[in-house]
Amino acid sequence: MTDLVSIRRVPLMKAEHRRARAEEATARGVATVAGWTVVVLLAAVTIFLLIQGLPALTAQPEELPLGVSLLRLAPPLLFGSLWSGLLSLGLAAPVAIGVALFTTQYAPKPLARLLGTITDLLAAVPSVVYGLWGLTVLAPLTAPLGAWLATHLGWFPLFAGEASATGRTMLAASVVLAIMIMPIMTSVVREVFTQAPTEPVEAALGLGATKWESIRMAVLPVSRSGIVAGAMLGLGRALGETMAVAMVLSASPLHVTGSLVTSSGPGTIAAFIAQTFPEAHGLELNALIALGLSLFAVTFLVNAVARRIVSRPSKGIS
Amino acid sequence: MKKDTTTNSTTSIFIRFATASAAALAMAASLVGCATNETQDTQPPSTTISSASGQTSAAALSGTLNAGGASSQTAAQEAWRADFQNANPQVTVNYDPTGSGTGVTNFINGGYALAGTDTAIASDAAKGPFAACAPTSGLVEVPAYISPIAIGFNLPDIASLKLDPASLAGIFTGAITTWDDPAITAQNPGVTLPSTKITAVHRGDKSGTTANFTDYLAQTGPAAWTFGSVEMWPQSLQGESADKTQGVREVLASTVGAIGYLDASQATAMGIASIKVGSSYVAPSAAGAAATVGASQQESGRGSSDIVIKLDRTSTDPSTYPLVLISYLVACEQYSDTAQGQLVKAYLDYVVSAQGQQAAASNAGSAPTTGDTTLDAKIRAAIASVH
Repeated sequence: MTDLVSIRRVPLMKAEHRRARAEEATARGVATVAGWTVVVLLAAVTIFLLIQGLPALTAQPEELPLGVSLLRLAPPLLFGSLWSGLLSLGLAAPVAIGVALFTTQYAPKPLARLLGTITDLLAAVPSVVYGLWGLTVLAPLTAPLGAWLATHLGWFPLFAGEASATGRTMLAASVVLAIMIMPIMTSVVREVFTQAPTEPVEAALGLGATKWESIRMAVLPVSRSGIVAGAMLGLGRALGETMAVAMVLSASPLHVTGSLVTSSGPGTIAAFIAQTFPEAHGLELNALIALGLSLFAVTFLVNAVARRIVSRPSKGIS
Repeated sequence: MKKDTTTNSTTSIFIRFATASAAALAMAASLVGCATNETQDTQPPSTTISSASGQTSAAALSGTLNAGGASSQTAAQEAWRADFQNANPQVTVNYDPTGSGTGVTNFINGGYALAGTDTAIASDAAKGPFAACAPTSGLVEVPAYISPIAIGFNLPDIASLKLDPASLAGIFTGAITTWDDPAITAQNPGVTLPSTKITAVHRGDKSGTTANFTDYLAQTGPAAWTFGSVEMWPQSLQGESADKTQGVREVLASTVGAIGYLDASQATAMGIASIKVGSSYVAPSAAGAAATVGASQQESGRGSSDIVIKLDRTSTDPSTYPLVLISYLVACEQYSDTAQGQLVKAYLDYVVSAQGQQAAASNAGSAPTTGDTTLDAKIRAAIASVH
C-alpha cells in the first residue's frame, strides 16, 4: 500500500501536482475576491445612503418632497411598502408551494418540465409589462369586486372607505406583485423539494402512508428553511418593485389605511422614489435617498427575522 | 448534514436566479432601447429646413449638443432634433427627458449645454455660476414650448361640458362628487348629466402640468381652492392619482365618470371641457394659449436675456385660454467652448423660428411662440446674445 502511494506520488509532484496547486490557488483567489466584493459593495451602498441621506434629516420641511419632514414622510410609505409586500407574499406563497409540490411530487415528468419552463418564463417578463397589464386589464376587472366588497363588507377594515371606480387599489397592486414574485418563489421551493431525501418518503409510502402524508412527514419539514428563503426572496422583490406599482397603484403617499379598495391608500417607497426622482433637486434628492435607506434597513430587518425563524431546529423524520 | 446540503443548494439557486433575472433585465433594457431608437429614427421630418438653419452656414456646424430636462417638450424636441440634424448632418443633438428639476441641476453642473424646464429658474439661481458657461456669462432663458392644458373627461355621449373655475375646484377638492351636481348642471342647460360618481384624476408624480393647473385654480377660484400653486398634488386632498400624462390618459379612457387635466395634444378620444373666461366658455386651442401668453407680463428683476412670463390667468378676454403651460429653454449667454456656443445658438435659432415652432405645433400640438410679435422679438434678441 505505502509503496503504491509513493510510486504514484513521484510523477504527481513533478508536473501535475504543481499545476493542480496553481489551479487551486487561482480558484481560491477568485472565489475570495468575489466573496469580499459583495461585502465591499454592501458597505459602499450603505455608506452612500448614509452620507447622502443624512442632510435630509435635519432639513426644513419646506425643502423636502410634499413639504413635510422626513419623520412624517417615511412611516406611511414604509407602511405601504410592507403592507403591499406582505399581501402579495400571502397571495403568492400558497400558490408557489402548491405549484412546486405539484411539479415535484404529483405531476408526470413531461408536464412537470413544461410547468417549470412556464414559471421561469413568467419571471422573465419585465415589470413594466406587468404594470401595463395591471393598469389596463386587471384594475378595471377588480373595480366591481372592490365596489361590492365596500358596500357589503365595508365594516371590515380591509374593505373600508369609498371604493375606487378605477380599481387601481392596493388589491390590484398586490395581485400584480404576487404574480411577479410567484415564479422566483416557485423555483426556489421546487428545487428544495427536489433535494429532499427520498428514503424517508419511500419509507413512509412503504408503511402505508398516502402521498400527502409522506409529503407532510418527510418533505415539508426538511424543506422549511428553503421555503422561508424563497419567500424572503419574493418579499424582497415585492418591496423593491417600482414600475409596476407606480403604474397600477393610485396612492396618497401620506395617508395610512389598510383598506384594499380605496384609491387613496398608502404609496410604496420604491414607487414614490421613482415618481418623484425625475423632478427632484437639492435636499429633495437627499430625502429620497434617506427613504431608500429606511427601506434598506427594514429589508435587512425582515431578512434577519426570517433567518432566525429558519435557524430554529426543524422537526421531521430525517 | 442533510440540512447543510439543502442550504447550499438553495444558495446556488439564488445565484442561478440572480443571473437569469439579470439577463432578462438586460434583454428588456436593450429591447426598450431599440424601440426608443426606432421611434426617433423613423420620425419623419415635419418640415423642410431652408432659411432657419441656413442662416448659419450648415457646413461649419459640427459636434454634439447634449440637452435634457422637461418631459413636456419631448415630442417637440423630437421634431426639432430630427429637422436640425437633417439640415446639419455633422451635428448630433440629444434631448434626455429627465424632468425639469434634473435638467436644471445638470445644466448648472455642466452635464447639459441646454436644459428644458417647465418652471423658470429661480431668480437667485439664475445669477449662476453655471459649469458650461464662461465665468462672467449671463443666463439666456426663453419660452420655447407653449401648450394648452385640457380638462378631459369620460362620460358616454357627452363631448363637451362647460365648467367654471369654482366647479373645477369643487370637483378636484372632492366637494362635488356626482356629475348631476347642481353646480355642474346649472352651467350646462340642455345636457343630460348622469348621476355617475366623479373620479377626479391627478398626477401622482411631480409635474409642471400640475403646477400650471393648480396655479390656474389659485388665480381664478381662490375661495374654493386654498392649496396654492404646487408641482406635487396637495396631500390633504385625496382622489385618484396616476403616473405621468399617459397614466392620466389611460385612467380617463378606461373609467366612466373620470375627469383629469393633461397636455391638450394628449387629450384625444375623450370629452373636453370648455372653461369659463369672463362671461363665455373657451375650449383649449393653440391660439387661445398664445393669446394668454401675449396678454401676460414679463417677470421683472431678471437679466435682459432671461425672459420669464408671469402668466395672467384672470383675463376676461374670450380669445384667451388661460390653462397654459410654458416650457423654457435655458442656455448660457457665453459658453466656455466657442464651438459649443455656436451650435447652441444655431439650434435655438431654429427652435424659435417660424419653421421650428410650426414643426412643434404639428408634432406636439403646441402654440407657436411666433404668434405674439412682441414676445417673438424679445426671444430672438435674447438668443442673438448667445455666443
